[in-house]
Amino acid sequence: MKHYSNRYIFIYVTVLVLIVATVLSIIVNRLKPLQDYNKETEKIQQILSAAGYEGIDRNEVQKLFSEISDELVVDKTGAVISRYNSGTFSEGNIRAFDIDDKTEYLKAINGEDYHLPIFAINNNVFVVPVHGKGLWGPIWGYVAVADDGKTIVGTAFSHDSETPGLGGEISSEKFQSGFKGKKIFDRNNNFVSVKVIKGGVTNSNCDPQYAADAISGATSTSKGVDDMLRTCLELYVPFFNNYLK
Amino acid sequence: MLLKKYLGPLNKENPILVQVLGVCSALAVTAQVKPAVVMGISVAVVCGFSNLILSLLRNTIPQRVRIIVQLVIVAALVIIVDQFLKAYFYDISKMLSVFVSLIITNCIVMGRIEAFALSHKPIPSFIDGLANGIGYGLVLLIVSFFRELLGSGTLWNHQVIPQSFYSNGYLNNGLMVLPPMALIIIGVIIWIQRSIHKELQEE
Repeated sequence: MKHYSNRYIFIYVTVLVLIVATVLSIIVNRLKPLQDYNKETEKIQQILSAAGYEGIDRNEVQKLFSEISDELVVDKTGAVISRYNSGTFSEGNIRAFDIDDKTEYLKAINGEDYHLPIFAINNNVFVVPVHGKGLWGPIWGYVAVADDGKTIVGTAFSHDSETPGLGGEISSEKFQSGFKGKKIFDRNNNFVSVKVIKGGVTNSNCDPQYAADAISGATSTSKGVDDMLRTCLELYVPFFNNYLK
Repeated sequence: MLLKKYLGPLNKENPILVQVLGVCSALAVTAQVKPAVVMGISVAVVCGFSNLILSLLRNTIPQRVRIIVQLVIVAALVIIVDQFLKAYFYDISKMLSVFVSLIITNCIVMGRIEAFALSHKPIPSFIDGLANGIGYGLVLLIVSFFRELLGSGTLWNHQVIPQSFYSNGYLNNGLMVLPPMALIIIGVIIWIQRSIHKELQEE
């Protein structure tokens, strides 16, 4: 076996790492704009799909969105402090699209002041972002609420690293169709959220108006969706009460 | 003869079935066909190119830092594949999520570098890596075919079991979407393969 000096080994490894790092940073930099565009388009697609606009061509998504959406920002009392529509602000100066809902939810948990983004589609469907924990990583999505302020029109859930075929199914049509038409407020106008029921709603004693079926084999992820809806939608209660009822 | 040697990994030297490498990811990504195919291609690319690069470097690599050098090259290739999928195949990269980055820990990649690339010329190493990756992808394809068909009634996300079956009481086998079933299917494939090729049976 050939013997190498320590000096050779150090130089060899340093040079190798430098080359690899340079190549990687060039590639990552080149691909970044494409990835950012993909992420932005995906976010809009999710918002639109929650509101019922399915299967829109990727290239037309951004244009359609700016035409039909009003981006609202509300504070914790539910008052609208900013309104952005097709490129211009009619109130305030914060774009809902640029708000990172995750940081705002964290602020809410820590009792700080926070702003919440809402996307009003055609002025009759109100899409709000939700954010939570799955089994392996974050889960998030959008919930579209009708202008009565309590009926869910549609949802669009996503995940980062849930198991394909199990927890990953939260983004499937089958799971999400269970939320359509469900109510987040009960008859006495108390916030109840929509519970995700393990073993199915029909086998439980929950009111089917306020509950949806969980995914079999993905208990933790289903529970994550349940927690996510309850904690996030609760923050929007003042808005739903003030603005929509 | 030459071709036969390189095609070994597809059947009699299959990384999963015979060498029993990379089984963990085979359990994780085979619930559906589409992610399984992309995963197979990604592993083939990483395996082929890491074999090629390390075979080119093989005479300069100091023995004492051999594994570190291999890891740096493999990790870099995996990051490139991951970033590339995110930029051009965004939807599929989302389905595979964390399992692309986990190719780094796939035993096939390191296994082939150690067993082949470090002692062979670049071109044969490249083909060996690619063939092993494809052999891996092939098993993934077979496993995911049965798991998606029987577990969800779909193939490549298209419904293939007609609605009339469900109306007459047919149910998807929920067990199929769970990882243990992948292990059982792989077991069955190994059983069938060894009954055909008796020389693979251990004494």
